[in-house]
Amino acid sequence: MLALKLAYRNLMGAKLRTWLNMIVLSMAFLVIIWNKGLLNGWDQQARRDTIDWEIGGGVYWQENYDPYDPYTIEDSHGRMSDVTLKAVEDGKLTPILIAQASIYPEGRVQSVSMRGIDPAQALLDLPANKLTGDNSSVPAMIGQRAARNFKLNVGDYVTVRWRDVNGTFDAKEMQIVHIFKTNVSTIDARVVWVPLADLQEMMQMPTETTLLVTSQEAGFQGSIPGWIFKDHYFLLTEIREMIEMKSVSGQVMFLILMSLAMLAIFDTQVLSIFRRQKEIGTHIALGMTQRQVVALFTIEGAMHAVLAAILAALYGFPLLYLQAKSGWSMPEGTDDFGMTIADIVYPSYSLGLVVGTTLIVLITTTIVSYLPARRISKMNPTDAIRGKIQ
Amino acid sequence: MKKIIIVLAILPWLLPGQTPTGSEILQQIDDNIIAGNRTATSTMIVHGRRASRTMTAKSWIQGTDQSFTEYLAPARERGTKMLKLGDQLWMYSPQSDRTIRIAGHMLRQSMMGSDLSYEDMMEDRSLNATYSATVIGSEIIRDRDCWVLELVATVEDVNYHSRKIWVDKERMLGLKEDLFAKSGKLLKTTEIQEVFKIDDRWYPRRMIFKDQLSKGKGTEFIIDEIEFDAHIPDYIFSKAALKK
Repeated sequence: MLALKLAYRNLMGAKLRTWLNMIVLSMAFLVIIWNKGLLNGWDQQARRDTIDWEIGGGVYWQENYDPYDPYTIEDSHGRMSDVTLKAVEDGKLTPILIAQASIYPEGRVQSVSMRGIDPAQALLDLPANKLTGDNSSVPAMIGQRAARNFKLNVGDYVTVRWRDVNGTFDAKEMQIVHIFKTNVSTIDARVVWVPLADLQEMMQMPTETTLLVTSQEAGFQGSIPGWIFKDHYFLLTEIREMIEMKSVSGQVMFLILMSLAMLAIFDTQVLSIFRRQKEIGTHIALGMTQRQVVALFTIEGAMHAVLAAILAALYGFPLLYLQAKSGWSMPEGTDDFGMTIADIVYPSYSLGLVVGTTLIVLITTTIVSYLPARRISKMNPTDAIRGKIQ
Repeated sequence: MKKIIIVLAILPWLLPGQTPTGSEILQQIDDNIIAGNRTATSTMIVHGRRASRTMTAKSWIQGTDQSFTEYLAPARERGTKMLKLGDQLWMYSPQSDRTIRIAGHMLRQSMMGSDLSYEDMMEDRSLNATYSATVIGSEIIRDRDCWVLELVATVEDVNYHSRKIWVDKERMLGLKEDLFAKSGKLLKTTEIQEVFKIDDRWYPRRMIFKDQLSKGKGTEFIIDEIEFDAHIPDYIFSKAALKK
């Protein structure tokens, strides 16, 4: 207790030096918590959006389907069995047929992934019910990214050219009936959605599909011959890896900030021990052991972290709260890189994050404070009282 | 006997008012165009919406299913090579020093920015083997009397479901061609603007391809030099030749 009191008095006595250390350290605290919170928020939003818009409770892939190998798309389709069709009818599955095509907005040829979805499906947030129109053209909907890239608006007609199951060219007019907004770029960029029945007819693939998306409630529904089930862990790998990668870059920033703060504390400790030799000698002369003096200086150093945590809480709490409420606007075009990311990411802070960060900073500061203090144990007390430089 | 057979063969053409069948015309077009071995130097001018690009290439062609093309100009494309072996197409880029197989959706893309897709390059079967033709009349195209033929695919796996060809009655060469989608939509047109005679066959010298769905001004294709029955070493049609 005495050590704590002495440490506190000494720190307060150092005035500006202590405040500077506390401010730097408290900023390190905040940046770490904010950065981690932002990544947590992004992770949660991206997962939620991907599940709601694209993968539901998991997806059955036709056995030839590989989204990373465009050569497989032509062969990635299979006929749905009666059991599968019944599950589709019951709302446990929704089929998505994928075909490659070219569209000609303003006479420019553009490769697209044409995807057929049932307009009656309610399993995904994708507004498939908008896919209605007259019979003169194929009703199509695209996302905002595709609309921006292709310069298409609602009501526009665009020619689509594709090859049917035999490889013969066919072409038709498509009308853009809806433009949707989603954070999931994989269902938006260069993707054109049309009614499933239309695409099946265009491709001459009746009752065939590439994907079977399961409902969030139903999830895995046993094995389906010809299809392979992909669960959330597999389908969300990209998001997980991206967040992990971002987390590493966040840790680099954390390391730099912590190094600066620790350097300041280390310097403060070295200076204190150098300047307060007479005080150290007096403590020992009054009966304190050298280990107790080392502990006193270590506590003094470590107390920087405690005071910094209090300071960070004072000005950081309202700042972080405000950030969690208003969110962080992502730069324009970030979602064009194929990442699932919202325009505004809302940071998510957990108790574990705050406690964990506080502990890490406290332990690091204690270690950094202890290292220069070890020198005290090697001091000659009489020389220390005389203030002789050792 | 030989003379009699020849006379009987050309009799339908000599008799006024006799219209050859679509199949006969297609066969003669095929005979004219399809050759054993040939090497050719050609120029391709892509007329874009803003500017035109000119490319020169040398090709070695064997029958209908093997070809090797090396781009000679411009400097940016020099050294780019393409190899077609049956239904497979490979492309070598000197910039990356890599060979890639062009398949799937990439086949649908424009070849070197032209109005031709890689898929068009892959179309190698004879017309007579893949289409049934009906002669629907005759028209004058570029001052030449032509048969007008409507072609409908007889096999399922062809690029274009139907075609319309204007065939020079004398030279048996399609001077103009419209290519249609299954829905009947016009997809591409080809027009031969200049022809030349080499040995006994008439061959196109200057052609214009136009993708009717895009707004470009078409792609001009000019055959600068051609040699039929040329000796082509076997190694040319191998992937190893792409990196040489």
